[in-house]
Amino acid sequence: MTYVLIFISAVFVNNIVLSQFLGICPFLGVSKKVETALGMAGAVAFVLTIATIFTFIVQKSVLEPLNITYLQTISFILIIAALVQMVEIILKKISPALYQALGVFLPLITTNCAVLGVAIMVIQKDFDLASSVVFAISTAIGFGLALVLFAGIREQLNMLNLPKGMKGIPSALLTAGLLAMAFMGFAGIVK
Amino acid sequence: MSQNSGMKTMLNGIIKENPVFVLLLGMCPTLGTTSSAVNGLGMGLATTFVLLSANVVVSLLKNIIPDKVRIPAFIVVIATFVTLVEMVMQAYVPALYDSLGLFIPLIVVNCIVLGRAEAFAAKNTVGKSFFDGLGMGLGFTMALTLLGTVRELLGTGKVFSMTIFPENYGMLLFVLAPGAFIALAYLIAIFNKLKKA
Repeated sequence: MTYVLIFISAVFVNNIVLSQFLGICPFLGVSKKVETALGMAGAVAFVLTIATIFTFIVQKSVLEPLNITYLQTISFILIIAALVQMVEIILKKISPALYQALGVFLPLITTNCAVLGVAIMVIQKDFDLASSVVFAISTAIGFGLALVLFAGIREQLNMLNLPKGMKGIPSALLTAGLLAMAFMGFAGIVK
Repeated sequence: MSQNSGMKTMLNGIIKENPVFVLLLGMCPTLGTTSSAVNGLGMGLATTFVLLSANVVVSLLKNIIPDKVRIPAFIVVIATFVTLVEMVMQAYVPALYDSLGLFIPLIVVNCIVLGRAEAFAAKNTVGKSFFDGLGMGLGFTMALTLLGTVRELLGTGKVFSMTIFPENYGMLLFVLAPGAFIALAYLIAIFNKLKKA
């Protein structure tokens, strides 16, 4: 049951993009087409889940026993950067098709704050490993949901005739604001 | 390097290449920490410190760091300064530290910091990098404070916790998540309009 609650909370109520403001850069950058949005969402889901598992293990088995938790920021970002590199190399070898689909997005993920954000959040929330994994996957699904919805709206938005100053990013941000408002409707489902 | 060109580099970061309004970098803290003017200012100054220090150190080390591992090396430099900021803020301004929360360690992945290290500090002298870091940081701080002020004023009728509009005023929306997107959308639209004029 707790896992279901974590899932609903991470996907809808506390959506990572629309209410936590993490991962805005890819949210604005790769949301011009639904297809690329799907690719990015897949790549983020992949890296986010693996990175959360690794950082969780490092935190519990290295940083906490040695009492050096102040190195959390440095060690987490290095783990994420190294992981992204490794995932890229491994994917290239074992699944060229998947690499073709996700390849362009992988280097961008190192600086996606959602990945580091989730890694730190699960430590702050004091989750165990299983809850952390559920939380990571749900967050990634929430990210994908917001990204794909947003891309769908933006595809339509491009056909409109907008005032010059509002074209591009301003109109995209307004759309995101309305989406965020819609997601606020989920507030209160889970405490 | 003359005084003049340092000034020019700095102004470039504040207006012509404003990281938020023009380059559209560092959107996460921009939206996430500007529910009030004080938070925006605090986040801006913390980022400025990291930008400035990382720029100076990267430009000092640019000839020592091998080209192939430069990105991880830059990240380590940046993360070191972020950890410093984190500890100092926790010790001296615990209230601000709590309200900024997760976004302080996340300065590490702020694209502006790595972007400036890679695009500017790795190619320029220490002095120039210093002014570039300062200018970019101040531009970022200015944008965050402005957005924070607008949101606080519209949302609660106050600016820096001083009441401007009478009691009972407030469009709560602007303090909440959707308001962040909407306020930033209009600010960028205004900035675009002014830049062309």
